[in-house]
Amino acid sequence: MEKLIEINGIKQYFPVADGMFKTKYVKAVDDVSFYINKGETLGLVGESGCGKTTTGRTILRLYEPTAGQIIYQGKDITKVNMLPYRRKMQIVFQDPYASLNPRMKVGDIVGEPIDIHKMAASKKDRNDKIVQMLERVGLNSEHANRYPHEFSGGQRQRIGIARALAVDPEFIVCDEPVSALDVSIQAQVVNMFEELQEEMGLTYLFIAHDLSIVKHISNRIGVMYLGKLVELADSNEITFHSLHPYTKSLISAIPIPDPKTSKENKRIVLEGDVPSPLNPPSGCRFRTRCKYATEQCALEVPEFKEVKPNHYVACHNLDACN
Amino acid sequence: MAKNNVLLDINNLKLSFFTPGGEVQSLRDVSIELKEGEVLGIVGESGSGKSVTAFSVMRLTPYPGKIIGGSIDFNGKTLTELPERELRKIRGNEVSIIFQDPMTSLNPVYTIGNQIKEVILLHTDATREQAQKRAVELLTLVGINEPEKRLKQYPHELSGGMRQRVMIAIALACEPKLLIADEPTTALDVTIQAQILELMMELKEKLGMSIIMITHDLGVVSSMCDKIAVMYGGKIVEYGNTDDIFYSPKHEYTKGLLKSIPRLDTLEHTKLIPIEGSPVDVMNPPAGCPFAPRCDSCMKICLKSMPEYTTITEEHYSACWLLQKQAVEGDNHGKTN
Repeated sequence: MEKLIEINGIKQYFPVADGMFKTKYVKAVDDVSFYINKGETLGLVGESGCGKTTTGRTILRLYEPTAGQIIYQGKDITKVNMLPYRRKMQIVFQDPYASLNPRMKVGDIVGEPIDIHKMAASKKDRNDKIVQMLERVGLNSEHANRYPHEFSGGQRQRIGIARALAVDPEFIVCDEPVSALDVSIQAQVVNMFEELQEEMGLTYLFIAHDLSIVKHISNRIGVMYLGKLVELADSNEITFHSLHPYTKSLISAIPIPDPKTSKENKRIVLEGDVPSPLNPPSGCRFRTRCKYATEQCALEVPEFKEVKPNHYVACHNLDACN
Repeated sequence: MAKNNVLLDINNLKLSFFTPGGEVQSLRDVSIELKEGEVLGIVGESGSGKSVTAFSVMRLTPYPGKIIGGSIDFNGKTLTELPERELRKIRGNEVSIIFQDPMTSLNPVYTIGNQIKEVILLHTDATREQAQKRAVELLTLVGINEPEKRLKQYPHELSGGMRQRVMIAIALACEPKLLIADEPTTALDVTIQAQILELMMELKEKLGMSIIMITHDLGVVSSMCDKIAVMYGGKIVEYGNTDDIFYSPKHEYTKGLLKSIPRLDTLEHTKLIPIEGSPVDVMNPPAGCPFAPRCDSCMKICLKSMPEYTTITEEHYSACWLLQKQAVEGDNHGKTN
């Protein structure tokens, strides 16, 4: 299979003032590497503040990476002018209420990327394209003349998707695209993502905190904790044969909508909270909440290595936890 | 049905918001019965009226909402008729509430200790020293380390999960008979959610209170609740034991909801079956069944009038014309659902 996008050792540090003259860094993403094959969906899960959104945005260079390399179709795009790549790489944001300009008509919202990339030959061509996009996401031409506030959450998310699709992209970062939607609407949008992928051969990076949805849509899943990727494998492998203690507790914490299973289900309840990314623990970042932590975990950062074919884990004590 | 040990009895409650744009009928004939020690889950999407139901129990409906019909009986008192002064004695004392967002429901300018002690001093004759002691006890109860130190801290110094624990401590300060939890874990991460849910169930066993759990997460209700009420468009469309709702749902909305959520515990990839269309427009609710416009089995009568409840078993009922039709024709023997 062909790799569409690959990131190597991406770091994203944000400066924060510490006192008058000192600067500290929040290590939002620290040395993350993975690749996504063409036509594949890679899911990224983790709790709030673990750096999954930052990773998604850094890949698109919406943030300039502190270190590391982004390779798109074999070309290093870490330092190049992004404009030609913006057409190929798009993003759908989490909050459909905040990501659409309330003063623009829906037609113009969807049309803006077409204008920027000069993809329409004439005014008529532009309108045709807009209508085509709206119809593709289940809206109609009449909606083009309305404003975002006239739409429900699910419809707004569809507008956001139409905007991303307008320039005929190859790769879309979906940053929690369904978290803000009602359960019955979530399924509509998830299905639409799947249909569009089949039709247009899209590649997704699907970011969400809801593992059930990520598992449903993804081929492979990466689990992040405090700026690090701790495990990456095929989605069924992650859900049924996870190796990292954090992934295990994350999966067991998800309530299953079935009374019999959920009452039998033994939860591995993690103690305490996620430490601050300003002062992450030394060595393995999960060690402060891990029952299997040893001295080595405090001293050395565990290597992210392939333990089974296509199953990567970063943990010193895999034998003890499994 | 015998009315013994019924703690809360909501009867045909009607509640509307009188906005400049017109009347929004938020609750249309909602009836709920809750026994002592029971955990009831109310599920539904945003705007279905689940939070409004919970707030109305404490008569905390925000302006311009108004109860326009029905009654709420709690522990032998009719809350809908009590004067404000009497109500205050019940709020936070016999009935407590945990709100969705622990970031905004604590006062940022008072210490945690202040906010917990306020409840104790208001509702009991405790002295300041006794209140302080009780506050330490409460924080220990909800699993917060170093309670003495925490009492002196302000909300911004605590994490989301900790704040929700503080909210629970405040709610439990007077050992209420009924705890209303309005999406208590929606703003939290799953691992923290697991901690909080575990804590709530533990405390329920210890203190023997009843809980009303409001959520949109079917996973949460399946593990916690004895009974479930499914709300749609300001009405309870189905009510039953947790197993009834999950294993033999009768209402088309409940069925659709269960089919539309992805499952973590399946190997093969099954396509989700979404409920098409958008939620009800509360300004102009349909004349008939609120779910009719999105229902696959919608009949002519569904658009015209609201079906009565059909009793399936003693503790399982649902409002759907499909069930009525079966009941009328009496041919439900050979049919399977």
